[in-house]
Amino acid sequence: MYTQGLDQKGQAGKRDNLESAADLDAFQKRIDAEDKIEAKDWMPEAYRRTLIRQISQHAHSEIIGMQPEGNWLTRAPTLKRKAILLAKIQDEAGHGLYLYSAGETLGVSRDQMVADLLSGKAKYSSIFNYPTLTWADIGAIGWLVDGAAIMNQIPLCRCSYGPYARAMVRICKEESFHQRQGYDILVELCKGTAAQRDMAQDALDRWWWPSLMMFGPSDAESKHSAQSMAWKIKRFSNDELRQKFIDVTVPQAQFLGLNVPDDELELDEATGHYSHGEIDWQEFIEVIKGNGPCNKQRIAKRRKAHDDGAWVREAAHAYAEKQAAKAAA
Amino acid sequence: MGKKEWPLYEVFIRSKSGLSHRHAGSIHAADDQLALDAARDTYTRRNEGVSIWVVRSSQIVASDPAETAAFFEPAEDKIYRHPTFYEMPDGVENL
Repeated sequence: MYTQGLDQKGQAGKRDNLESAADLDAFQKRIDAEDKIEAKDWMPEAYRRTLIRQISQHAHSEIIGMQPEGNWLTRAPTLKRKAILLAKIQDEAGHGLYLYSAGETLGVSRDQMVADLLSGKAKYSSIFNYPTLTWADIGAIGWLVDGAAIMNQIPLCRCSYGPYARAMVRICKEESFHQRQGYDILVELCKGTAAQRDMAQDALDRWWWPSLMMFGPSDAESKHSAQSMAWKIKRFSNDELRQKFIDVTVPQAQFLGLNVPDDELELDEATGHYSHGEIDWQEFIEVIKGNGPCNKQRIAKRRKAHDDGAWVREAAHAYAEKQAAKAAA
Repeated sequence: MGKKEWPLYEVFIRSKSGLSHRHAGSIHAADDQLALDAARDTYTRRNEGVSIWVVRSSQIVASDPAETAAFFEPAEDKIYRHPTFYEMPDGVENL
């Protein structure tokens, strides 16, 4: 669903001593010429590390992102909504797998990436540490969280690293369904009773600010964006993407008859952009540090699912070995 | 973690008859049949294919990117292999 580009401190900037200036220069020239970098091509170690971190965080976000949605699977209001939600959650798993594959092309194993998620070493998007309290939250996630994800992911389709860019093309096509189904849920609620409209408003109230945080720290604070931009992993700054998201989303909220929970929100007629209130970065930092409402629950559940599935993985192995032995005999 | 990782397979999908199979991505699976099933679930949830090939990644023999220039060099200087190399006299048609 989304990558936040966290924890880049002291990593992206580090240069491997064995890399010659000529190699680095030739590499940057390829990037500047919009040439795509492929799996086995030479690349600076810092480029590789940055991508492994970003792609694996992105993959983990997809996998953890299944949990808040899965919370409503057995309580979806109709069979149709349940089938749609099931398909969406299956997509999230698929997105995780596309991304793990892309990550593996950089020389890190799937098991290693999964181990890093389970141990807490690797991060995932802060947004999935918020609870889904009502059915309207499923609508808000599709509309806002997937909407923010699309905003961030469309430029990633042109990322300089080929396998990541190709995975993103596939993901973006599918995210569009996610966003529309979310908005569709809210349209239905907003046409309903006063209680249903209140439920939709409550969901927007709780998801608006965390959705804006999905774009990551403000440009002034985001120290390592410059390198990612130079490598064309990133094409737009966090604040640029956040602004784009606000500009397209506010009118969608107005259509629903819902209030965006920001008193300072105002359209600047001259620029066509909305100005907005200050984001509570302290909250963001706390959630990233592990102190969000659901951090512990999310990881505990993932660990349990992994442990509970161990016998399946072992059985599949045993069966494959038995069949191979039979075929060889 | 399990004792060992499932092998990696590359997935190729024919989107419709008449077109070639095209690389879609990769998956891990314990055996060939499970690889096909996983490839179907991962890469064709929206009717993207009518046929799937899976092959163990370890079985693919690939050219070395570091040797790209030298490897493809023999074709570099043979511009006469292209029809545009030949200038046709004025007045000659259908050629």
